[in-house]
Order: sequence, then structure tokens, then C-alpha cells
Amino acid sequence: MTASVFFGCTFIAFGPAIALFLFTIARDPLRVIFLIAGAFFWLCSLLLSSLVWFITVQISNKESSSQQKGLLIFGVVLSVLLQETFRFGYYKLLKKANEGLLMLSAEETMPISIRQLAYVSGLGFGFMSGAFSMVNILADSVGPGTIGIHGDSQHYFLSSAFMTMAIILLHMFWGVVFFDSCEKQHWWSLAVVVISHLLVSCLTFQNPQYVGSLVPTYIIVFLVGLWAFFCSGGSLRNLKLCLTCKDKDFLLANHRPR
Amino acid sequence: RMNLDEISCDKLATSIVFFFCLSDVSCNSVEQKIYVELNNTVPCVRLLNATHQIGCQSSISGDTGVIHVLESEADLEWPLSKGPNPPYMVLLESSLFTRSIMMKMKNESNRVAGVAVVVPNTSPPEFSPHTTCPNENTGVYSDNYGPNLAHCNTTVWNPRGNGLSYEEFDFPVFSLKEDNETEFIKQCYLDHNRAVNGSAPQYPLCAMQLFSHMHAVTNTPTCMRRNDINFSINPEMVCDPLGDYNVWGSIRPYNDTVFGHKENESVVIAAARLDSRAFFWEVSTGAEGSVSGFVTLLAAAQALREVTHEAPPTRNILFAFFQGETFDYIGSSRMVYDMENGKFVIDLDNIHSVLEIGQVAVHSGTNLFLHSDPVSRRNNTVNDEVKNLVNNLQSSTAGLSFLLVEPNVSQPLPPSSLQRFLRAQPIPGIVLADHESAFNNRYYESFYDNAANLNLTYPSDLSPEEQLEFVTDTAKSLTDVATVVARALYKQAGGNESLVNNIKADPKIVTQMLYGFLVSSNNSWFQAVMAPELKNILSRYGACVHPSPPEYYVGVAMSSTPTRLVQYLLANLTGAATNLTQSQCQKPDELPNESRQMYSYLWVQGIVPPNSTERDSFCVRASVRLTKAVSPAFELGEYASKDYSTWTESRWKFIKARIFLVASRDLEMLTLGVGVAVLFTSLLVTYFISTKADVLFSSTREPASAAY
Repeated sequence: MTASVFFGCTFIAFGPAIALFLFTIARDPLRVIFLIAGAFFWLCSLLLSSLVWFITVQISNKESSSQQKGLLIFGVVLSVLLQETFRFGYYKLLKKANEGLLMLSAEETMPISIRQLAYVSGLGFGFMSGAFSMVNILADSVGPGTIGIHGDSQHYFLSSAFMTMAIILLHMFWGVVFFDSCEKQHWWSLAVVVISHLLVSCLTFQNPQYVGSLVPTYIIVFLVGLWAFFCSGGSLRNLKLCLTCKDKDFLLANHRPR
Repeated sequence: RMNLDEISCDKLATSIVFFFCLSDVSCNSVEQKIYVELNNTVPCVRLLNATHQIGCQSSISGDTGVIHVLESEADLEWPLSKGPNPPYMVLLESSLFTRSIMMKMKNESNRVAGVAVVVPNTSPPEFSPHTTCPNENTGVYSDNYGPNLAHCNTTVWNPRGNGLSYEEFDFPVFSLKEDNETEFIKQCYLDHNRAVNGSAPQYPLCAMQLFSHMHAVTNTPTCMRRNDINFSINPEMVCDPLGDYNVWGSIRPYNDTVFGHKENESVVIAAARLDSRAFFWEVSTGAEGSVSGFVTLLAAAQALREVTHEAPPTRNILFAFFQGETFDYIGSSRMVYDMENGKFVIDLDNIHSVLEIGQVAVHSGTNLFLHSDPVSRRNNTVNDEVKNLVNNLQSSTAGLSFLLVEPNVSQPLPPSSLQRFLRAQPIPGIVLADHESAFNNRYYESFYDNAANLNLTYPSDLSPEEQLEFVTDTAKSLTDVATVVARALYKQAGGNESLVNNIKADPKIVTQMLYGFLVSSNNSWFQAVMAPELKNILSRYGACVHPSPPEYYVGVAMSSTPTRLVQYLLANLTGAATNLTQSQCQKPDELPNESRQMYSYLWVQGIVPPNSTERDSFCVRASVRLTKAVSPAFELGEYASKDYSTWTESRWKFIKARIFLVASRDLEMLTLGVGVAVLFTSLLVTYFISTKADVLFSSTREPASAAY
């Protein structure tokens, strides 16, 4: 659909992710490294789930469409579970790495806290997931045509972009909540993360009724975002302070450096 | 049916889709949801000569336009002025493919992105995209030679010609067949592009994109100069000269290494042309225009074979088939040039007379006409010889159903290869044609000049092999013409008068040739006469395509199918089968009685005997040769020549066509605006959060040394 749609969808899908990267991650090389490692872990999970999918499709009956649909649902569920498994694996790896980093570094304190690692790894998952969602759609959006000659909905590009933005934000929030619950051994909140991930993925089966899939997804984004905010130490009081610009006084009162 | 890409792709990503595609399951990629490729299209390409460029051009990234199916000439104001969504891609039925509509679109070409013409299976009453006066500048008539006869002042040969083939369009013009693809396009137009009650149609609209970017511009000297620029290891060529090979054969063989004038040698030349053209690239059937002529000549050559072995005539007879005659006489000008410069086995002084077979689509009972050049006949010797030739021809029609008549008025020769011979030297000659003045051919040089134009019909219940053998009425008429030509040639060459009535052309051979050249070239007889390494040229694009005749466009690849077919047919019909083995056939000089200089030795496939699968291949010895038919202008480097043909064809990278929906500009801008807004908002919010992070996330139980 030409260059304007290409850039529009790119900015919609990757806008928040780029902003977060620029302002919070780009300056610190350690964070960049952990971001890329997180992206790689997501890629590994995708590779494994696609391998299983490929094998099951080959041995299945290609003609029967109900079997194919069932395989699709199976594939989605498997992929979600594998992603969360790899997220857990990344968490374990980071815990071990943190001890090693502490031994190596000259300072007494850890250069990067587990909470920051949670945020960075979640964003890494989100980047890679968004890239795989959007890149081939963006490549086709550059041409002069739009979807629809076979009767499909015209709003495919736009809704894919919004969905991708939601997924990236969700991965980031899930990362924070996941690591926090692993730290605190709250297994039930871990289960809620997995279930919400499954829920969002299964909501996409509603497409092409894009309203039916996007609206609940954004509601979930908002809720999980709130939960992640509280997990990472935010509170309503802090929010009010920031918004009413009374934070300077607060800091002075608490002798905290900026 | 569930579509893969509708589901959130981050779960089953491109790699899965890629594997899916590898395993031959229908590949639902996003591109397939947007574009529908059109496969059965033929473009119009750009040709250049010394002074002009003709044909069509698209921009390098294709031309996109909203489809509009034209209903009448008055409807043209929608794409040209009233329509709100220019540029338009105009879809025409063939009845609307006229000069006035195309010229109107050419004048408003900023609103027309391209034209697609739907070519039906049935022909319109008449249509000829060629000019009214074919080859008017390279014939013999000019301001110096018969000035009142030049430029069709006395007779307009092709009055139905609208000259579209020689116009220049700066938008692409493609042709579509009447099949499912075209139905899909029209349905897409009806669903999306129709204006309801005068209001503008709503987006998304159905659009078509045509790619046919041509590399050559301006004219032949420019593009040949650009061919010579050597910037890199692989220089980019932009155009190629049109040309192929002429086929010639003779009753008595000539030594192929001895060129120039031959003492005491007097030759009667029988000529026909091989090629034709159409508005679109390569799609040319030329049934009446060229096939009727050369099939008659081939049948006459076969009819003469026996009698010239028994009682050879005093003069030699040379059968010449010229390629490229449509484009300013490429083949015949080259042969005359070779004769003038001693590069051919005989020269112009050896020529006694010329008999050329023009368009001879005769129906039983109609007459044929003998055209001659009035200017050269002012010379008495030439006039006497022409009268002698006319007599020989007219006396050969005894017992046949038609007469040969000379036209009443003094008119010039029709466009024919004889004109190039006359340009060099006054030679007595006759052109045999079915028209007294203007052409009878209603589809001269168009894609409708096909088997139906010759009334070539077969009963419907015959298999292809049975059709091959079935003797049609057209074949019977052409056989009679071939008989007349053969008898006249024998008499003209001084043969024994008493044997003339034994010369008869074979209707079976004629009908097989007509079937092979006009209906299906991939038949058992053509397969039998061809060489094994050339058998694939008989069937284009693989075996599963429905039967089709060969293309008669001369082209640039020097590998035209009709040339090869005529070469092998002439060899089989006039030559002799030998007992040589395949290796002997390739090196015949080792044998005592065979000489490669006198004959050409061709290894042909032969027929399949009834009880076996192996072909009975054998070696044919015939005095049939190919000579290069590229215009002398390219040999001499005179790319702006006014005397010789300077036609070249442009090169291109790829040619394709596709249809899709386009969205409105507003929606696209809205998407861009939303994207930019999202980006700015997220930048602002992130900046805000990151500067206040330690306040926002401060209510933690972690020690105060946690660094953010």
C-alpha cells in the first residue's frame, strides 16, 4: 500500500519499543547485551515449536481442514508454553550469571538488578516477537496494492500493527511479573502470566473480526501493565507525586540523589 | 477455512509458513492475498528504426491504474476527463480497439496508465493495424523511379490499415485472452469500480499494474551507439537488430564456396516471404499474408522434383524464402546486397526472371492476378520477357478452375521482394496475388489473420492425426495454384514442353503443411521431417499446452521456427534420402561421392514404424542452404540508412501484469499520521517515565543501593 502505510505501520508496531530502547537501554551496554540474549532465547523457543509443528503437519492428513485447524490450535498452545518455558530458563540462567558477574566486578554491588533484567529480557522477547510478526507484512505493505481482492478485510495491516504493539508491551510486562514471581516464589502469579499469554494468543483466532481480538487484548495489556507497575515498586502515591510535579520535594525530603 | 496469517503471527512465524510452502501445501503468503498475477498476457514492445521509435513503453516500476471497462467510445470521457480517480487502466473489447479511441487516449496520456485489449476467439469484420502503404520507403518506387506510382498514389494497397502498429504510445498496451482471468478482472471491476447513480465509486478500487519497461529510446543509431558503451565486464545491450535466415534451394546444386558471377548460368528465381507481424509482440499468424505464399511455393518445389530429375531444364530454378520482409525487406535486401557484392553463389546478371508468390488465398472459381512493374517494362527486352512469363503462367492453368489475369490499369507492384531486385537492376518479374488492386486480406498483419481467415475448417469429430491427413478445400485450391506455379517455372526454365502436364502438386502434402503451419506445429509429420535436436521448437512451452501454430514474427534471436521448418521441409521435399549413418551424415566429405560444398546433409528423425518405438532416422541430402538475413545497414554500420531496413527491437528486463485493490490516499495518510502520533507519544511518555523512574518505582523493599 505504498510507503506511507509502511512507515505508519512500522511506527505503530515498533514505536513504544523504539522509544523504550532509546531512552532506557541504549546507553548501558550491559542492558543491550541482555536484551539481545533475551531475543535469542525467544528465537530458540520459536525454532523448537516450529520444528514440532512442521513434523506434525507432515504426518497429518493435509486434506482434512478440521484436522489442520486442530493442529493450528495445538501449535499455538505449544508455542506459548515453550516461550514461557524458555523465559523461565532465561531467568535461571540470569540468576547464575548474576553470581558470576558479582565475582568478576570490582564493586561490591551488582551492576544490574534482577528487576532491570526482568524488564530488559521482557523487552528482548517483545522485540523478536514483534519482528517475526510484522516484518513480512511490512515488506508486502510497500507495494501499491492492499489486501482485499479475494474478499479479506482491508484493515489487515493496521490491525496487525496494533496487535504487534500490544504483544511487545505484553512481553515486557510479562517479563517483569514473571521474574518477580520467580523471585518471590509466587507460583500462582506465574500461572496467571501463562494463562494470560494463552488467552491473548487464542484471542487472535477471532480474526478477521479485528475488534473482537484487539479490544480484549488491549484491556489485558492495561491490566497486566498495572500489575507489572505495582510489582516493580510503583504505587499510586508515587504516580500522583510525579504527575503533580512534587517529586523534587519528595526527593529532597528523602535525601535521595537524582 | 482458517488462514495461517490471520492468527497472531508471532506464534507461528514466517519460518513455519516457509516450511509450509516447501512442503507443497498451498502457500497463503500475504502477497498472494494482495496480488493476482495475470499469466496469459502479451505485451506490445518497442521497435526502433533510423528515425523513429514505435510501440509501447511503461515506467520502470510499472504503471498502475484503476480499471475501467470501456463500454463505448462515448464512455471514454470517464477515464479521460470525468473520472475522479485517475490514472485509469482502460480495458477494451477488440471492437473498440480502433485508431480513434487509441489516439484519444494517447493525447490524454497523463490520465491513462495503460490499456488492456481483450482478444476474442472470433474475428471482427476487418482489422489491420499495419499502415495503408506497407514498406513505402524501401520499395523500388521513389521520386526517381515511377514518382507517380510511389507512396501509393495510384493504388492504396492496404486501405483498411489504421497504422496502430506504427504509432508510439507512452503507456503499456497488453492483450488478454477471453478466459477465466479476464472474467475475474471484469468481476473485480463490477464489484468495486462501478459508479452508483453518478456518484464516485468508493475505495478500495480494483487496479491493474503493467510492467513492460523498454530500454531503448529514440531511434536505432542512438540505441546501437549505447550498445557499444563498455562500462563494465558485461555491457548492457539495449536493442538488437531484427533478422533471421533466408532459406534457398535449387534444382541443380551450387558450390557453396564459389561466390559471384557464374558464366553461362541463367536462373529463374521463385520467391516467397516467410514472416508477418501483429500489433502485439510475437503473436502473428500471417495465414493469408505469408503462409499461403510459401506453402504454395513448397508444394511447387515438390511437384518439380521428379520431372527435373528425369528431364532437367536448361536454366536452373532457385527457390528463395525471405525472412523479415515485413520490416522493410530485410531478407531480400540482404540477398540483393550479397549478390551485388559477390557474396552469393550467383549474382544479379545470372537472374533470368523472378516469379514471386504473394498473398494467394484463393477460393475456387476466383481468379488470380499477375502484377508486374510498369516502369521496367518500358524497356523492350524486359517487357518481352515479362510477356513470355505471363504466357507460361496463363497456359499452365489448363484444366483448372481459375484463370490468371493481368490487372487492367497500369499500377505499381504490390509490396513484394521483387521490388528490391528491381532497385538493383531491371529484372523481368511477376508477383502472383489474389487481389487485383487493394488487398483482399481483411486482417493484413494482424493477429486475426489465422486459419479461419483462410476458411480452413475441419469436421469436428476428427482426432489431431486425422485432421493432419484430411484434405480441406483450402488445400485443394492451393494445390491447384502450386501446380500452375510449378508448370510455369518448368516452362520458364526451358524444360521439355511435353512433360509439363505431368507436373502436379500433391494435395496431401499441401494439407499437411497447412495443418502444421496454421493449426498445430507439433504433429507427426513435422516431427518426422525435423532434426532430433530441433524437435522441441515445434511445441512451445512444454507439452501440456493446447496445440498451437508457430509464430511468424522475425524476432532477434536468429532461431525462428518457421525458418527451420521451411528449411527441413524443402530439404525433404526436394532432396534425396541417403543410406548414410549419422556420423557419416555429419562428415560426408570422407565418402567419395558426397560433398558438403554442393549439398547440405541433414539428419532427420523420420517416422515411427507401426510396431516399434524407435524412430527411423535417416540422412537427407539436399541443395538447401540458409543465408543470413540481417539488414545490410548493420553490416555496413549505417544505422541511419535510408536504403536498407534499420529495424531493431528493444530489450527489457521483465514483463508482467497483475491486479489488486488500492486503498484511498486518505486512509494511507491516516495510517502514517497515527504511526507518527504513536511514535511521538511513546517517546514523550518514555522520556517522562525514565527521568522520574527513581520516584515512580521507589516504594520497594530493596536496599537503597539498588541502581536504576
